[in-house]
Amino acid sequence: MNLDSKIPEGPIDQKWSNFKFHAKLVNPSNRRKFKVIVVGSGLAGASAAASLAEQGYNVQCFCYQDSPRRAHSIAAQGGINAAKNYQNDGDSIYRLFYDTVKGGDFRSREANVYRLAEVSVNIIDQCVAQGVPFAREYGGLLANRSFGGAQVSRTFYARGQTGQQLLLGAYAALERQIALGKVKMYTRREMLDLVKIKDPKSGEEHAKGIIVRNLVDGKIERYAADAVLLCTGGYGNVFYLSTNAQGCNVTAAYRCYRRGAGFANPCFTQIHPTCIPQHGDQQSKLTLMSESLRNDGRVWVPKKREDCTKDPNDIAEADRDYYLERKYPSFGNLAPRDISSRAAKEACDDGRGVGPAVNGERRGVYLDFADAIKRDGLNVVKEKYGNLFEMYERITGENAYKTPMRIYPASHYTMGGLWVDYNLQSTIPGLFVLGEANFSDHGANRLGASALMQGLADGYFVIPYTLPDYLARVGAQNVSTEAPEFSEVESQVKAKIAKLMAVKGTKSPRYFHIKLGKVMWEYCGMARSRESLTKALELIPQIREEFWKDVKVVGEEDTINTELERAGRVADFLEFAEIMVRDALNREESCGAHFRVEYQTPDGEAQRNDAEYSYAAVWEFAGDGKEPILHKESITHDEVKPVVRSYK
Amino acid sequence: MKIHLKVWRQKDANDKGHFEKYTVDNVSEESSFLEMFDILNEQLVAQDKEPIVFDHDCREGICGMCSMTINGVPHGPEAETTVCQLHMRKFKDGDTIVVEPWRAGPFPVKKDLIVSRDALDLIQQAGGYISVRTGSARDANEIPIPKEVADKSMDAAQCIGCGACVAACPNASAMLFTAAKVCHLNYLPQGAPEKDKRTIAMVEKMQELGFGNCSNYGECQAVCPKGITLDFIAKMNRDYALAKARQFLK
Repeated sequence: MNLDSKIPEGPIDQKWSNFKFHAKLVNPSNRRKFKVIVVGSGLAGASAAASLAEQGYNVQCFCYQDSPRRAHSIAAQGGINAAKNYQNDGDSIYRLFYDTVKGGDFRSREANVYRLAEVSVNIIDQCVAQGVPFAREYGGLLANRSFGGAQVSRTFYARGQTGQQLLLGAYAALERQIALGKVKMYTRREMLDLVKIKDPKSGEEHAKGIIVRNLVDGKIERYAADAVLLCTGGYGNVFYLSTNAQGCNVTAAYRCYRRGAGFANPCFTQIHPTCIPQHGDQQSKLTLMSESLRNDGRVWVPKKREDCTKDPNDIAEADRDYYLERKYPSFGNLAPRDISSRAAKEACDDGRGVGPAVNGERRGVYLDFADAIKRDGLNVVKEKYGNLFEMYERITGENAYKTPMRIYPASHYTMGGLWVDYNLQSTIPGLFVLGEANFSDHGANRLGASALMQGLADGYFVIPYTLPDYLARVGAQNVSTEAPEFSEVESQVKAKIAKLMAVKGTKSPRYFHIKLGKVMWEYCGMARSRESLTKALELIPQIREEFWKDVKVVGEEDTINTELERAGRVADFLEFAEIMVRDALNREESCGAHFRVEYQTPDGEAQRNDAEYSYAAVWEFAGDGKEPILHKESITHDEVKPVVRSYK
Repeated sequence: MKIHLKVWRQKDANDKGHFEKYTVDNVSEESSFLEMFDILNEQLVAQDKEPIVFDHDCREGICGMCSMTINGVPHGPEAETTVCQLHMRKFKDGDTIVVEPWRAGPFPVKKDLIVSRDALDLIQQAGGYISVRTGSARDANEIPIPKEVADKSMDAAQCIGCGACVAACPNASAMLFTAAKVCHLNYLPQGAPEKDKRTIAMVEKMQELGFGNCSNYGECQAVCPKGITLDFIAKMNRDYALAKARQFLK
């Protein structure tokens, strides 16, 4: 597997300019000869589809929802980072770059992160021009707030729904191109496989099409293009319970992996510290409360276990353990996500969790606004967080102005993803991966308000430069869906669906998803050990075997069949989960969100091992029933010298 | 809790459709309405029956995909709450609940509780954007926008495009949706150059797609999960009248 990262020459702040100057271009009148497939319509997908169509390429865009506006980017609440330094508080492109590399615990590629920081300022300009109604100050200028892992205020926001507003901006641009006929939008379609065709010049296989299922009539459809852009988000639903939307899945990325795309760092999964705790066994998802709440909320648990069942308002100040403030005095409640999550787990493991017991355990900590209300007044807190407090009340039935919120970590974001080079191209030529679906920018831990930034950076400002470079090199090929390669992949897709329908077992796809999720959360969740991971490697194949013997998919293939949809996704999760566990087992260090209990400092902090693990672990599919092959891309730090990531 | 349900079942767009009765036992008060449907569907699967299909995705009230009419009210009894955020504690043990899809001519039923809302995307396509090519924007702080104006725009922009307003309206009017989209952009200085064109195009597209007229029932505002108000319809009507007048004078 060739892992040439193709990082341009020159000092870090000139690499992107160098790339842009040396990149090959496609003449405006030739662009209409190229077709581009974009899978996914979230921030990365919608922004890429719109921007490429504006340039003159013919775009086909696919989403599984009924409208591109519903992609899960929409749920991001808190904000988007940009190194604008509008607050005059010492921010710069270099600082955003530095914070992101450090926040990622020195496991991200420096050149990519620098480019991300560099284009972050253009994103805000673009979004404002599109009409994104960011929060403003009374003077009419843009407002900012601070977020976890940063000591400057660089986060732009639109109430508690920054994701929706940014997505509506990209969606509007996309709809404009649909109306102009430059984008053909395919909704309620799910990508089930990738088609590769031999390049006539090089003889290499290039990504030239996809096979999708029409979720309304069940038809299997073929689409061909000159390049395929995968913008399909993360795989957090491998845990079953997560903050992801119900439909989020790994299928598109995993199918590309099976076709030869390397999967990088799958064990880097982010567990977000501020989610509403689980209420019981009937739960289908966990809801995130914006991390911005930690700007004013104070996190605590009772010092004494016997206080855990008391009314929190009756617990005296002296009997409360504000553990984040105690352990990390300089960042306090704004400590990065991985650190805050682990600290919450430790408190609950210690028997000091609060809230109702689920399966005999109390898994929750308080997030208390009493001090903020006393300091700033109820109205100020309402103005800032009103919608979040309402959401909390809707879900829990509790009024958080009067009694502290209860929060607990939940699976939220996946830093791992398909390996890409500097051009966002995977190990399969012609297959580009954008946004959460790739691996490159966040290392082992993503900072708050950086996901929206990356999705839009990739779609608006990176791919419009890197894709033409590829297209110019290979030339327009006018690939036909009648090519034998399409027939072959299509028949494999149909065979898999037939196989799922034919099992006719006794248990629903959801049953297996829940079962897998429990194993992953228990043995490959917030804290992992050789023992727990080995256990998971034993259990996952058992669940998979049981799945293929006993899954029951009711209904027909040729209609809307949500059971069949879930069965296909769960089948892929059951295979993918194993690579994730193998990756966690291979990485014998703790870094960022990946915490191996064997590797910690005496005071319980993550202990990195730069000498042996400063690499991206890239897994190659070796065939069914065979162990995947590990490749390594060395991660070097020429700019930011790796240090112990201290937030104390 | 024990919940009795009467749910609309319809095989496809051509089927006439009918209500079917179900009972779900042991529902936790902490569960969401859709989680109760998950339990019911697991029950149906266990009995080898086809589960009820319904649209849903984020389950946190923002993607706008969930769409059920509960006891005659789109999104159900709780104000400013989508179905996915509605929780069973709002119901009583032993309740009988009637669940139907969105009912509106321009939203044909695809199956069971799933309808097509493609018409909303078409309204957006008619003019719900600011024409700005990627990369051609100037500095974000170059045009100051008074906070009150930005806030107004944001109030309108909160629309999640669920279509409950259409389902609730006796005329199946999409005025609240269209007004939210029009006003979000019309309030902003960035939206000014295309304001007249946008307003006319979106209003006329809405009419062309078969959505009815507004006759001030206000049902739309009552069911809107994001609290979008009729004021925006008034503003859109004003913008439309002025745009038409200017068009005439030209």
